[in-house]
Amino acid sequence: MTETPLIGDFRAEADAPLDGARIGVVTFPGTLDDRDAARAVRLGGGTPVSLWHADASLHGVDAVVLPGGFSYGDYLRAGAISRFAPVMETLIKEAGAAASSGPLPVLGICNGFQVLTEAHLLPGSMIKNDHLKFVCKDQALRVENNSTAWTSQFTDDEIISVPLKNQDGQYVADEETLKALEAEGRVVFRYLGGNPNGSRNDIAGVTNEAGNVVGLMPHPEHAVEAGYGPDDSTGMRSGTDGLTLFTSVISSLAGGSK
Amino acid sequence: MSEDFTPGVSAEFNIDTVENASTTPDTELPWAELGLKSDEYDRIVQILGRRPTAAELAMYSVMWSEHCSYKSSKVHLRQFGEKVTEEMKKDLMVGIGENAGVTDLGDGWAVTFKIESHNHPSYVEPYQGAATGIGGIVRDIISMGARPVGVMDPLRFGAIDHPDTQRVLPGVVSGIGGYGNSLGLPNVGGEVVFDEVYQQNPLVNALAVGVMRHEDIRLANASGVGNKVVLFGARTGGDGIGGASVLASESFDSSKPSKRPAVQVGDPFSEKVLIECCLELFGDELVEGIQDLGAAGISCATSELASNGEGGMHVELTDVLLRDPTLTPGEILMSESQERMMAVVTPENQERFEQVMAKWGVEYSWLGEVTDTGRLIIEWDGETIVDVDPRTVAHDGPVYERPYRRPSWQDDLQADSFRASEAGKDLPATAEELGNAVVDLMTSPNMADVSWITDQYDRFVGGNTALSQPDDSGVIRVDEETGLGVALATDCNARYAYLDPYTGAQLALAEAYRNVSTTGAVPVAVSDCLNFGSPEDPEIMWQFAEAVRGLADGCQELGIPVTGGNVSLYNQTAGRAIHPTPVVGVMGTFDDVGRRTPSGYERWADGQAIYLLGTTGDELDGSEFARGRGHLGGTPPQVDLATEKTLGEILINASRDGMIDAAHDLSEGGLAAGLAEMSLRFGVGARVALDGVCERDGVDAFSALFSESQSRAIVALPRSEEIRFTDMTSARGFAAIRVGVVDVQSGELEVAGPFEGGSFTLPLDELKEAWSSVIPSRFGTSASVAEQQ
Repeated sequence: MTETPLIGDFRAEADAPLDGARIGVVTFPGTLDDRDAARAVRLGGGTPVSLWHADASLHGVDAVVLPGGFSYGDYLRAGAISRFAPVMETLIKEAGAAASSGPLPVLGICNGFQVLTEAHLLPGSMIKNDHLKFVCKDQALRVENNSTAWTSQFTDDEIISVPLKNQDGQYVADEETLKALEAEGRVVFRYLGGNPNGSRNDIAGVTNEAGNVVGLMPHPEHAVEAGYGPDDSTGMRSGTDGLTLFTSVISSLAGGSK
Repeated sequence: MSEDFTPGVSAEFNIDTVENASTTPDTELPWAELGLKSDEYDRIVQILGRRPTAAELAMYSVMWSEHCSYKSSKVHLRQFGEKVTEEMKKDLMVGIGENAGVTDLGDGWAVTFKIESHNHPSYVEPYQGAATGIGGIVRDIISMGARPVGVMDPLRFGAIDHPDTQRVLPGVVSGIGGYGNSLGLPNVGGEVVFDEVYQQNPLVNALAVGVMRHEDIRLANASGVGNKVVLFGARTGGDGIGGASVLASESFDSSKPSKRPAVQVGDPFSEKVLIECCLELFGDELVEGIQDLGAAGISCATSELASNGEGGMHVELTDVLLRDPTLTPGEILMSESQERMMAVVTPENQERFEQVMAKWGVEYSWLGEVTDTGRLIIEWDGETIVDVDPRTVAHDGPVYERPYRRPSWQDDLQADSFRASEAGKDLPATAEELGNAVVDLMTSPNMADVSWITDQYDRFVGGNTALSQPDDSGVIRVDEETGLGVALATDCNARYAYLDPYTGAQLALAEAYRNVSTTGAVPVAVSDCLNFGSPEDPEIMWQFAEAVRGLADGCQELGIPVTGGNVSLYNQTAGRAIHPTPVVGVMGTFDDVGRRTPSGYERWADGQAIYLLGTTGDELDGSEFARGRGHLGGTPPQVDLATEKTLGEILINASRDGMIDAAHDLSEGGLAAGLAEMSLRFGVGARVALDGVCERDGVDAFSALFSESQSRAIVALPRSEEIRFTDMTSARGFAAIRVGVVDVQSGELEVAGPFEGGSFTLPLDELKEAWSSVIPSRFGTSASVAEQQ
């Protein structure tokens, strides 16, 4: 089991022996939620493997998480520079349907979602929130597609709560793309209880045609441990709904379905 | 700078070298424009035995500024050291004087925290001022070898409807969010206060906390002769020149030119990369000493590193990487460009140091080396432009025994008590009046919901936030295995401090102490940010002296040391000073943050008993209720730190033994605010009766609700714990009385008591709507605008 201390170094050994599903967590300059994503992987039963943006090798990981943050400061469009990192070149190939060993499961959270749209692994893009401010809140979502690599353990139309925190979270796409996404059931998460940022069709997360690449603006990795997540019906900060994204992919990998 | 000394890289420019200074003793230097007084300039000449060069003058002017040298406050601040006992020092690993104090947390962990001000820049340029305030305090924390893990922001603005506040607040809030959120540091609390005394002098204070293993503590000293001095991070530009001297150490005056060029500009992305880069340097043990560049920039870093180490340093200034190649040597020395660090590295580690820089894409330049000459020599293209004893720059600045005297108006102010005033007539007495008064209180700017502000800050990042706004303190887990962690609260009621600075400072300390213990943590250390008007006014200086004395005495009585802090003077405009505002931050420790107590009743707590701890007197002077009626006079509530300590023990033990499920301290707005906030926290109702309190304490229902007597808290506990809990309070002789019960289904706060009408009821959804719309209605739509669409 790779240790990922919360404080101090976050340097998992990339070549550690295989122990359960090995999930890569990419760090770009300016990535913020990499430790949180690594913790979520660990709590989900997998082994987090730190991947460095400048290293083109994925070190044989079984799946990859692109965590949240402000890579390269988001001074250009969010994700626009990170998309060209060496690690992304490999990831784009592996996540594409043509990959020989089956497409690599990839989850993009917040800034990671923005990177995936910039890389054209997912359609649409993110612009500034309609109210023009950063917003941090507990957010209710409906899981509308539970057949992706990352959502298979959710029930049909399950309602979950995970934290939302972003500045550029308004999902936009042209009408044709939106229609296609809706028609093909590729909207994975939809905002409930009010649209927090003006996203088209209340879309919070989408998937690609193959269902191996999922991106969402809210932060499931911040809802994996009671005491540190969003409030839920059982009490303050008790929500752990986000963990299911990680257990979904880890159990499917353990089952050899990759 | 004078044009005569505009330097350049070619010989045609006239560089003011030390040699030149010796041969041209009569050359006039612009010392007054740089903020120096004539006697200070004379002293520099005396120290050097000649006139200073332009570059030396630049260094002395910023390092001897009020902001950097503490020249007016030093004689008073000494008490924080003098009044510390051996017992108080037992957990203190690094005391006052370093970038930030360090406290032992146990299990090999250490924690460092500090508050600083960025008041003047935030008024001139709210976004950048507030953003770089976060940046600066975070670099102080990194300099100690720690990983920053959280920030907090005590903020004070002018009246909520004043145009000045409309300009300043949104900029400050988005600056804090824009910078802090990009660093991946959860913002776990702070304060938001509106008062017309802060118009044109907003207070933007910032607290940061960091953690490290004991062996990772780093200090700012340049040790080891022959070791290399390196400057890394952002390039040096023309921003923030004179920020510490002409901006932060003078009052605002509309007749003077704009001070905007003296404000720094921040780049949070560079800072985030710098954090990770520094932590990698620490982990690989590649630096011998490190210092952040904040106020006074390179002047401060070189003189402090040199004087704290072997005593000498040799630097070539043309090796500094510049954003603007036209900067003069003096400007380079004074620039406060952000996101820069200076380190001392052994020659053997130079190559590995460069590898870490390359990995993170951080620019660096080797500037020189450590010497044992006792001189700080700075060269410009091989010519000596600075040759000073670094101690004279960094530590031997002027010290003033500024005159101070009790203001002539202080007696009259204290004689004007609320009850005896016009404003104290026709107080609410019936059920309807009291109920309306509670709603008015909760919808006043200072009691209103601040989530429009705090929702613009990331409180989740890191995954270790156990409590944040609106709970009594911010709680952060440090060790995931054990749950070891820290709690932090900052407080100050400047109205109290205005009525009586000595007591007011102690009340600020008491409230922060109470907030930390209310969540269940054991208070261990104090950091302060002392915001005052001009020290050149003897009456302001009296406020300062009294507040410091009060705080130092209070810390001694509570047994917790001041580990660091900051003084911000000259918070006044056109002769009008702010109220004395000694913001006190208290840090507490948790063996396991999992047992933290939230500030409201949770939805599963139906039927739990509500207890009021402490006794209530008729203390309305300086209160929020009096503020609502436009009154400020009299004497602040009495402070009794021994009682405060006992209350703390009760709240900590109750948390440790799992007796209570909610706790909230009583402060501004008294019991009325406390009860309303506890119900509003999770939207859970309660039924309360005041009869017992009124009878026991001999106060009327109005006082029971609105008095701001200290050392009080409300707790909620299961019926099964009542006996154990009351046994504990009676064993300590501490007043505890059952005042009500949690009523989840009702959705209302019902208060009964000895008043006409018998009881009033406040529906929580209506109260919440009114309470939470106060700030958004002034500053724009709520964060979730689309919800109403």
